[in-house]
Amino acid sequence: MELIYEISVKGRGGVRLPASDVPAATPLPGEFLRAEPAGLPELSELDVVRHFTGLSRRNIGVDTTFYPLGSCTMKYNPKAMEEAARLFLPFHPMIALLPGGEALAQGTLAVLHHMGEALEEITGMDAVTCQPLAGAHGEMTGIMLIAAYHKAKGNRKKYVIVPDSSHGTNPASAAMVGYQIVTIPTAPYGDMDLEAFKAALNGEVAAVMMTCPNTLGLFNPHIKEICDLAHGVDALVYYDGANLNAILGQLRPGDVGFDVVHVNLHKTFGTPHGSGGPGSGPVGVKKALIPFLPMPRVVRGKDGRFTLLNDNPQSIGRMADFFGNFGVIARAYAYTLMLGREGLIDVSEKAVLNANYVMSRLKDLYDLPFDQTCMHECLFSAGRQLRHDIHAIDIAKFLIDKGFHPPTVYFPMIVKEAIMIEPTETESKATLDAFVDAMREAAELAEKDPAALKRAPVTTPISRLDETKAAREQNVCFA
Amino acid sequence: MSFTPHTPEEIREMLAAIGVGSIGDLFLPIPKGLRARSFDLPPGMSEFEMMARLQEMAARNGRIVPFVGGGYYDHVIPATVDHLAGRSEFYTAYTPYQPECSQGSLQALFEYQTAICRLTGLEASNASLYDGGTALAEAAMMALRVTGRDRVILDGAVNPFHRAIVRTYLANLPVEIVELPPVSGMLDRQGLDGKLDDRCAAVMVQNPNFFGRVADYSDLAAQVHKRGALLVSAVYGVSLGLLKPPGDMGVDIAVGEGQNLGNHLSFGGPAFGFIAARKQYIRNLPGRIVGETVDREGRRGFVLTLQAREQHIKRHKATSNICSNQSLCALRGLIFLASLGKRGLVELAQINRDKAEYAKRALAAVRGVAIPSAGPTFNEFTIRLPKRADDVVASLLQRGIAAGVPLGSYYPGEENSLVVTVTEKRTKGEIALLARELEAVLWN
Repeated sequence: MELIYEISVKGRGGVRLPASDVPAATPLPGEFLRAEPAGLPELSELDVVRHFTGLSRRNIGVDTTFYPLGSCTMKYNPKAMEEAARLFLPFHPMIALLPGGEALAQGTLAVLHHMGEALEEITGMDAVTCQPLAGAHGEMTGIMLIAAYHKAKGNRKKYVIVPDSSHGTNPASAAMVGYQIVTIPTAPYGDMDLEAFKAALNGEVAAVMMTCPNTLGLFNPHIKEICDLAHGVDALVYYDGANLNAILGQLRPGDVGFDVVHVNLHKTFGTPHGSGGPGSGPVGVKKALIPFLPMPRVVRGKDGRFTLLNDNPQSIGRMADFFGNFGVIARAYAYTLMLGREGLIDVSEKAVLNANYVMSRLKDLYDLPFDQTCMHECLFSAGRQLRHDIHAIDIAKFLIDKGFHPPTVYFPMIVKEAIMIEPTETESKATLDAFVDAMREAAELAEKDPAALKRAPVTTPISRLDETKAAREQNVCFA
Repeated sequence: MSFTPHTPEEIREMLAAIGVGSIGDLFLPIPKGLRARSFDLPPGMSEFEMMARLQEMAARNGRIVPFVGGGYYDHVIPATVDHLAGRSEFYTAYTPYQPECSQGSLQALFEYQTAICRLTGLEASNASLYDGGTALAEAAMMALRVTGRDRVILDGAVNPFHRAIVRTYLANLPVEIVELPPVSGMLDRQGLDGKLDDRCAAVMVQNPNFFGRVADYSDLAAQVHKRGALLVSAVYGVSLGLLKPPGDMGVDIAVGEGQNLGNHLSFGGPAFGFIAARKQYIRNLPGRIVGETVDREGRRGFVLTLQAREQHIKRHKATSNICSNQSLCALRGLIFLASLGKRGLVELAQINRDKAEYAKRALAAVRGVAIPSAGPTFNEFTIRLPKRADDVVASLLQRGIAAGVPLGSYYPGEENSLVVTVTEKRTKGEIALLARELEAVLWN
């Protein structure tokens, strides 16, 4: 498809703006002005509509296609949540920060407060900030809170421990806060090697970052012991909430001993992923960390009114321009209200049922590195298909032709040719069966006609792309 | 309310295939002692009941005429933006890891990167950051990486919220932040002379700055470069319809809050941050970048590129921890710019300045109000009141007007100063109302 700049026609007009009802100002002196207008396209409204509608048709999303992208929780995004977010679009965030402005923002402050309270109950934590703007941003906030805790206690800490199966964001977030990373290998039982962890744990460890269930889709059998051991050296334990969907109503990180939690509202709480954001990554903490939470903080007074706490000297400071991705938080609040207690428990039950069903129906044809009951996602390897020179990527591309978004491939990196399938709870047995059929067909083709898999995808507007050329030429802006 | 489709019959069939007796059996890996001690949430409700509840909450917010900015601006949003970004092929997709079925998002992000480059006059943009403040913090970290130095100089006339984010981001790193208190609402050039040395990675400014002042930083760029440091400038998207782009001034990294480009106020988010830099720094950019390439048949296509900078490959050695960014909001920015078009953005910027200049004169005519500087401004300006601005603003809020952002909380000594914002949406009538009510609050 042509670029929007290529369909531009000189002199064609765009949207008509409101007429100015005031006289024109004296122009600014030339040194402050741009020499010529920015090179934006010149299009009619219909040109714009056709262009972006055309682009949308070269995309697939949860609304069009089963999207079992492991670790991303691509569940259905209920439409009522979009309507809910719309109610709050006109409200300027700055008004709440003006003297006397909180009184004029009681509704939006209530949404933030109530969502925070719901997350406290769901995760078993004592307080929540909704300010972080994405999961990784929540991780960074959480590690900063841990750093502030240690600093206040006079602890000298240098290291953050992560398992080698962790999301890349965990070590990246801890490194951005200045910590050195210690990576612990995964044991044959599919979790962080307990003995290696014990050997690495010492008084200089600030935090241990765990994903539970882990990125292998398994429940960590030693999770309580890990928390207790960490606390023994005053290291805090961080819960990466990427996989919270598996344990809603079943287990609460706070009960187990986790000190800091982030939640991905765009995963567990059904808000749409937007082609890669906006997300929202609220962070929950235990009591000892409350003084360090970022500002402004929404608090509820004895009179039931909501106010903003702006002047706490112990706070880590500010993580975002205002109060977080409010529109995403409002959607998640709408989701929480609609599902309620029973609905949220139903989420984890059906998510785990769907993942185990897919696993049971594919394990005869694909290698299962850890053959045990999985949680919300199942992890296969295309290792068996390698002898026909078929890789995980070939199977992924074939699935596109069969009308599915591929699972996550090549993550976690510790499993060769990883294929990580997260069906989510909103998919029906019929959809899962169709997906299983396609995966079985891929396994069969790997044996009988591997060239067919290598050709895939053939139904998409373009075939496989030359990624090396893109990285070499670095053409990131239309000339 | 539940969005799971399973019938009892299907559940039985699935459990049989798995080989367990109940869904509860699937949770046996979680030891009994670790099961949730509480899950005390209210029962669910229908979407209609939920909407009624949230409508009631939304009604608790006041409807106020906003003459405030602070990073978020009340601009028009063409209907195309909501409708096209509301295509669920865009909004229910995730990060385009599989390019063959994500060309829509990828091409749109490439077009977005191009738009940001053309607006800023720079050569390399990423596919968005979280917001304006975190973009500034990322720019600081990027400059520290590029130069290998350990100090950044932050102009005190930069948005105080954004400065707070920079301080928070850098607090645990072995680097120093020097904040220069502004002089008469502008960068303290003399103070800068004393601080700009070989340890300095970046000088960070904002244009227009928090006081509303517009500057040409061309000579500053030359001075900063002479010391081997980078010049970072935060900019305001809509203003670039009119104002000199940072790239033309010699700025090395430009960042900004993208809300003003087609994103709703939405009580502070979601919107997006942008970052653009000179091409030579592309490998140090944080976040996702989309690049052009070809498929097996030689057809043009787009992919996420330079992923070797990113956390999912490089882990703790990545240039940033960013995974999800704000793609859909960046797409809104692109649709907004395409809908207005080349001339539309110029016109929009012009109307903003015209209205602000008109309002400046109207407020200057109010008894006791002074305009402390005759320096150039865009759509915001500082006025000085004969009383504490906090009190005046609080009184005007009672009358349904957010008159501006009082500076006293952010700048000691500026207790009587107020920054007033006037976008194209403020009418002549609203401006007259502001002037009238201000006079009333000051003198009655």
